[in-house]
Order: sequence, then C-alpha cells, then structure tokens
Amino acid sequence: MTNLLSRLFGRAKKGSGATAKDRLRFVLQHDRINLPPERMEEMKREILAVIVKYLVVDQDRVEIDLEQRDRRHSKLVAEIPIVNSTTVDARAVNDPDAKADGAGANGASNGADAEAADAETSVEDQDRAPAAPVEGEQAAEPGDGDDDKDAKT
Amino acid sequence: MGGKVVTISSGKGGVGKTTATANLGISLASLGKRVVVIDADIGLRNLDVIMGLENRIVYDLVDIVEGRSKLRQAMIKHKKFNDLFLIPAAQTRDKMAVSPDDMVKLTDELRADFDYILIDSPAGIERGFRNALEPADEVLIVTNPEVSAVRDADRIIGLIEAADKGPGKLIINRLKTDMVRKGEMLSSDDVFDILGLTIIGIIPEDELVLSASNSGVPVTLNLQSKAGMAFSNVARRVIGEDVPFMNLDENPGIFQRLVRLLDGR
Repeated sequence: MTNLLSRLFGRAKKGSGATAKDRLRFVLQHDRINLPPERMEEMKREILAVIVKYLVVDQDRVEIDLEQRDRRHSKLVAEIPIVNSTTVDARAVNDPDAKADGAGANGASNGADAEAADAETSVEDQDRAPAAPVEGEQAAEPGDGDDDKDAKT
Repeated sequence: MGGKVVTISSGKGGVGKTTATANLGISLASLGKRVVVIDADIGLRNLDVIMGLENRIVYDLVDIVEGRSKLRQAMIKHKKFNDLFLIPAAQTRDKMAVSPDDMVKLTDELRADFDYILIDSPAGIERGFRNALEPADEVLIVTNPEVSAVRDADRIIGLIEAADKGPGKLIINRLKTDMVRKGEMLSSDDVFDILGLTIIGIIPEDELVLSASNSGVPVTLNLQSKAGMAFSNVARRVIGEDVPFMNLDENPGIFQRLVRLLDGR
C-alpha cells in the first residue's frame, strides 16, 4: 500500500540523492586506488588480450570489476567465462597474423550450445597482498615474458 | 598526558569547519571543560570573527611560534566563559610560518592546563592541514551531504589514516531533512555507507547559524536552534557521553504522515 502510494505520488522514482551516491561510489573507487576509469579500461583490454591468447573466452560475458569493502581493501574481481568446447590452437597462439581469426572464432563460439566454464580471478589491492591469490576452477596462467608484444590488440 | 587535542578538518573549504570548531569550543566550555581553540588557517583568519573576539587580538599563532609573544599573552579569553581561549591565526603570513613540530610543541604546553585543545584546520591537504593534523589525538571530519564535500572528505580520511591519526569521526553538516525525505539529498546513512566512519554529529541546515556568525555569537548559545543543539550534542559525545541523535524529522509533510500511518510507524 505504501509502495502504491509512493508510486502514485512519484516518490519511488530515483531521486538525485541516489544518483549522487552512485556517482560518489564510482569516483571514490578510482580515487582510492589512484587509477582513473580510462586507465582501468585500458588495463582490462590488456588483461583480456593476454587471456585470449591462451583460452577461448566468451567475450560478451567478461566482467572485470573493482570491488571495495572499504577504503583500504580493494580487489579486482574478474569473471572470465571460458568456452570449453574449443581451444585456441597452437597456430593461433604463435602466429600474430592468425590472431584476428582466433578472435573471430571466439565471437562465433558464443552460440547457445557452447559450454562455458567460469574462471574467477581475484587480485587483492597491491599494498595489502603483493602475491595475487587466484581462485576458481580454471585460472589463467601468467604469460611468458616474450609475449609482451602481442599483449596489445 | 593531560588535555586532548582534537583537530577539525574537511579537505573542502566552506563546509563549516570553523563554525563547528567555534560551537564545539563553546559547548565544551559550557560543559565545564577548560578549552583552547586554535585557528590554524594562517593568512585566512576567521575563527576570531565567528567567536566574536576579533577586537581583542594583539598577538597570534605565528607570534608565539617565533617568540614575539608568550603563549598566555596571545590567548584571548572568551567574553562569556572564563575557561575558553582562542589562539588566533596570523593574518599577514602564510602557512609555512608554522611547522607541524611547532604545533606539537605548542599543544604539548597547553595540554597541562586544558582539557581540550581544538584545532581549526585550513581547507586543503598541504602544509596547513599537516600543521593541524600532527598534534591531533582525534580528528573530526566535517562534511556536507554533497558530492564534492564527501569526495574531499574521503581524500582527507585517507591521509589521516596514512598518518596514523585515524580513523576519525564524521560531522555531517547542513543536512536538509526535507530534501533527504524527497530523495534529493544524500542522507546521513548514505554518507556513512560511502565513507565508513563513525558519525559523531548530524547538524541540520539552520538559518540561525548565519545569524549567529553575523553577530559573532556561536549558534550553540541559542537554545532555539536545532543546529546549536546538534553541536552541543557533538560536544557531549566528544567527552564520552552516549547521546542519542536528534530526531530531525519532526515536521513531516502530510504525505509522510500518511505513509507512516499506513506503515504503522
């Protein structure tokens, strides 16, 4: 009843106070780790570029987000669904020219029958935990040192 | 160690640090405490006018630090309270005239004779803020329920924690209850959710605060003022009393009343 009344009088509509809260949360997340949103997006693209060299992932469902319990405890939480039915073949990994095709295959394998396994990776705030703990059934391994030149797509 | 040094800070300017300091000073004094308030905003002196003591200044903080004045000579006694003193900021110098160590030395001297030493920090995060922070036993962070003030408060809270002076407590100043009710302003709960610090005071918007600063008689001396009452409650919490927060929602609109009725509240 209260709800109905609220709606009748337009009170259920989100006020600017809620907008302020959302905006503050967002801006403070980035302020606190001193990484602006644009740089964060860049980092996400680079992380993903490394992962797709080794695994076929469901790129539409990739989520890499910053989570913050409070000012001092931030973590990067990544959910990167892996498409199980296919693997990146050796040619696609080693041959930079074939990479574009590989990426195309990722897109194509997003069909309804493709089984996806979720890999969750959690990286704690750097000054808290220097060693990044890795959770999940399948976790992406760090790449070899000489893969750096392929990291940017 | 004697008296306690409480620094009032905010990051952003104009949120009510000086008003809060003046009112806390008065309230603590009226609770029978011996209090010194220090204006650390060198170059932009203001605590004196808010407290109505601007005509009595002879020496200032920089005079003490540089040895031109004895500590007691520079302290201005409040007109109404015998145990409330102001150390004014210098008006013609800048913040570099005082160092964090100077402030520690000065406050250590005051601790012997006073219960509370309140420091009104300047806005910003530079030297003036460092001066005010260094001797602090406790930091009160004043903010307004508004994006820029909360953002700056968060920044200052990070610096306070990094300096091992944390966690600090929050004073949410100028809360407009009617706007919160309409969802058009951050509530005190929202600010708490975002900043995660204990709230030691919620001060409602009150026109009497301006009238009070106009006349140099801090609002907490006005018994009609809700803001004055709220400041006085902050002072009581500072000395360790468990004071419930005021109900600021005393005059709900007809709609709110209807909702409450239906909710059985």
